Amino acid sequence: MYGNDFSAPDGATDEAPGGLLGEVEAAEAELRAAAARGRRGGPAPDEDLAAYFAEVVDAEQKIEPRDWMPDAYRRTLIRQIAQHAHSEIIGMQPEGNWISRAPSLKRKAILLAKVQDEAGHGLYLYAAAETLGISRDELVQLLLDGRQKYSSIFNYPTLSWADVGAIGWLVDGAAIVNQVPLCRCSYGPYARAMIRVCKEESFHQRQGYEILHTLAHGTPAQQAMAQDAVDRWWYPSLAMFGPPDGDSTHSAQSMAWKIKRFSNDDLRQRFVDMCVQQAEILGLRIPDADLRWNDERQAYDYTQPDYDELMQVISGNGPCNRERMAHRRAAHADGTWVREAAAAYAAKRAGQKETVAA
Amino acid sequence: MTQHTPLWEVFVRARRGLSHTHVGSLHAPDAELALRNARDLYTRRQEGVSIWVVPAGAITASSPDEKDAFFDPAADKVYRHPTFYEVPDGVAHL
Ligand SMILES: [Fe+2]
Ligand SMILES: [Fe+2]
Repeated sequence: MYGNDFSAPDGATDEAPGGLLGEVEAAEAELRAAAARGRRGGPAPDEDLAAYFAEVVDAEQKIEPRDWMPDAYRRTLIRQIAQHAHSEIIGMQPEGNWISRAPSLKRKAILLAKVQDEAGHGLYLYAAAETLGISRDELVQLLLDGRQKYSSIFNYPTLSWADVGAIGWLVDGAAIVNQVPLCRCSYGPYARAMIRVCKEESFHQRQGYEILHTLAHGTPAQQAMAQDAVDRWWYPSLAMFGPPDGDSTHSAQSMAWKIKRFSNDDLRQRFVDMCVQQAEILGLRIPDADLRWNDERQAYDYTQPDYDELMQVISGNGPCNRERMAHRRAAHADGTWVREAAAAYAAKRAGQKETVAA
Repeated sequence: MTQHTPLWEVFVRARRGLSHTHVGSLHAPDAELALRNARDLYTRRQEGVSIWVVPAGAITASSPDEKDAFFDPAADKVYRHPTFYEVPDGVAHL
């Protein structure tokens, strides 16, 4: 089943990769197959470039950095990849908040590795955005100036240790549902970065699920803490898929360009359907009294998240927006001396080499 | 930002016997830090046994725009492939 790839907590066997990893592997195989199919070189000298671009995209081939592409395609990708990168970077904060207070050395080591992965995701994505002709310095500045956004979800606070579990299960889970189709994006560097990212995300989701499973089978206080975390993170996680299809501005064009493969509502539904059974095994309740199986649609009916709240959070008025941005700006400013020292050292060494060579 | 930190392309040899493959890029002030950053960024899960870092500016690329003309000399030389030749029935070890 889609995305539902972690083994049951007790005595489950390791099966052949289905679920998330299976889809990522399929996307990777597809990428190789498309490359093998592609005997098409660049456009002929008198060929219409727009037609050439369309032909490559329609043939499920990848567009590469030095290929001709429509300006709007380039702009859309820069915005999307940059905002994705910013989200990974800001996303380190809510969980970073618990590294020093993780309940055991094992949990601390795991959480450190997870947060380090998120830094890595940010860096893969910044590198992919740079292939489109924007510099890293500009990208960093766009975030610091608040001219580009990051995912709304990271503007919610992490109040208890169980929140770390809920983030892994729900937030990384929702990110995976969003990201797996991006492994098949028409822009090569983005697709390849997403394949790397998705392979690592599966560890993130499992570690979160394991934290919740442990708490949910612990003392009544631990159970209550786990349930409280799920209660608070459920709707913000649903909102991660963006506004409903009717209000989504960029969707149709992105689908035509094969940047996006499914609509916001389709992905949200997929996520809900995947979570229900996982919540049952946890023994935790999804906070939605109207959640029920719809036989006709072969999917769960569910309550939509509060989209007014989503718009408020996106426009800067979530519970932690100011804190997150202040922290990022301070971290960047505090790192100035490190960047300067490294640059000075590199310049000094380059100078020494020249003297030796002369 | 005080100054522009150079861009490096990273190549990783996954296992002994395989060639180095391009895995992505990163920024670092010098080669030594580029190598360390590459280790932390691209081989956190033992993805490699050897890393190369190359200053991005040192790479000269053939532009896809020129691809047809640039690779043309190879296009009409089918006789460079063994499948071009007809082998008489019954010949072994050819
Ligand atoms: Fe991530
Ligand atoms: Fe993650």
